[in-house]
Amino acid sequence: MAFDYEQYLRPGKLPHIWCPGCGHGIVMKGLLRAIDRCGLQKNNTAIVSGTGCASRLPGYVDFNTLHTAHGRAAAFATGIKMAKPEMDVLVVGGDGDGIAIGGNHFIHACRRNIDMTYVLMNNYIYGMTGGQFSPCTPTGDRTSTTPYGNPDPIFDVAKLAIGAGATFVARTTAFHATQIDKLITAGLRHKGMAVIEVLDDCPTAFGRHNKFRSVVEMMKRLKDIAVPTQAASQMSPDQLRGKILTGILHQEEKPEYCEQYQQVIARAQAAAKF
Amino acid sequence: MNNPKVEVIEDYCKGCSICVEFCPTDVFEMVGFVARVVRPEACTRCMLCELRCPDFAVKVY
Ligand SMILES: Cc1ncc(C[n+]2csc(CCOP(=O)(O)OP(=O)(O)O)c2C)c(N)n1
Ligand code: SF4
Ligand code: SF4
Ligand code: SF4
Ligand SMILES: [Mg+2]
Repeated sequence: MAFDYEQYLRPGKLPHIWCPGCGHGIVMKGLLRAIDRCGLQKNNTAIVSGTGCASRLPGYVDFNTLHTAHGRAAAFATGIKMAKPEMDVLVVGGDGDGIAIGGNHFIHACRRNIDMTYVLMNNYIYGMTGGQFSPCTPTGDRTSTTPYGNPDPIFDVAKLAIGAGATFVARTTAFHATQIDKLITAGLRHKGMAVIEVLDDCPTAFGRHNKFRSVVEMMKRLKDIAVPTQAASQMSPDQLRGKILTGILHQEEKPEYCEQYQQVIARAQAAAKF
Repeated sequence: MNNPKVEVIEDYCKGCSICVEFCPTDVFEMVGFVARVVRPEACTRCMLCELRCPDFAVKVY
C-alpha cells in the first residue's frame, strides 16, 4: 500500500526544489519510512543540516528542524543532543557539507560516539553552487573546477567514519531505495554515532560534466557499482575493481558520549557536595 | 486483494523517467514531460516506482 509521506511533510512544500532525478528526494523518502518504522515522535526528534542541496531536506519535514551554516550540522546536533539527551537527533547533508568544510565536525562527532544518526548524501560534488569538486569526487572525473580531470584521491566516507570512531557505519545508493530505510532504521536503533552514506546522483552538475546523458544512466551506474558485503567476500580483487561495498560495514559497542558526560556531571556534583 | 491502482501526480512529476525505465512490467510511458500510467493492468504492486520516484509523484494502492 502507498506509504503516507504527507503525515511527515510540512504542508504545501511540494513540489520540492531538487532537480529532475536528483536522488536527494529518494533519500528523504527513505528517511521518513525509517522514522516511521522506528516510531520516532515528531516533538522528540531533531533533524539538523548545514548548507547545500542535500541540506535543504529539513525544510520539508515536520519535526524540530535546524538548517545551519555550511559544514556545521554535526556541531549543532551535538549541542542539541548534549542539552536534551532524550531526543532522537539526526543529521542530514551532502559530501561537501559533511566531508569538505564540515569534515572536522564530522570526525569529532564520530570520535565521541555521540548517539545520533548521520545520513550523508554523497553525490561527489558541490551541487548547489555549480558543480565544484569535493573531497569525494572520484580521481579523474570532471567538475566545473577540474575541467581536465580531478587529480585528487578521494576520502572514502565510510572508512573515514570507521577510522574516526563511529560505531555504526553503513552504505547504500539512491537506487537501492529499500536498503536506504533498512540501514537508517538500523542506524536509529544503534546506540552511538551511526553514519549511513548514500551514494547519490546529481544529474545537473555531476552528470553534465561527466557525460551521463540521462538520470536513468546515472541510476544504472549506481545499480552496477554496488556490491553487498556478503557477495563481495566471494569475489576476487579483479571482480571488485571499481565497485563499492554496500550494507552494514561496521558495528560495535562503545561507551556513548552523553552517558559518559552524565558521569562527569555526577562526579563534579559529588565533589561539590550538592 | 483488489487490483493495483497506480497514480502519477502530474503537478509533482518532473519527468526524470526513473519510473518508466525501472518498472519491471512497463506500466508507465513518458508523455511529453510527465510520466503516464498506460498499462495499469500489468502492475504487480512491487512498489519500486513509488519507492524510487524522487518527487513523491507516484502512488500505488
Ligand atoms: C561558509 C560557506 N562557504 C561556502 C558556501 C557555499 N556553498 C553552499 S552549498 C556548498 C556546497 C554544497 O555541497 P554538498 O554539501 O555536497 O551538497 P549538494 O549541493 O551537492 O547536495 C557551498 C560550497 C556557503 N554557503 N558557506
Ligand atoms: S544541483 Fe544536483 S544536488 Fe542540487 S538539486 Fe540539482 S541535481 Fe540535486
Ligand atoms: S519517477 Fe516520479 S518524477 Fe520521475 S518521471 Fe516518474 S513520476 Fe515523474
Ligand atoms: S508497483 Fe511495480 S509493477 Fe506496479 S507500476 Fe510500480 S514498478 Fe511497475
Ligand atoms: Mg554534494
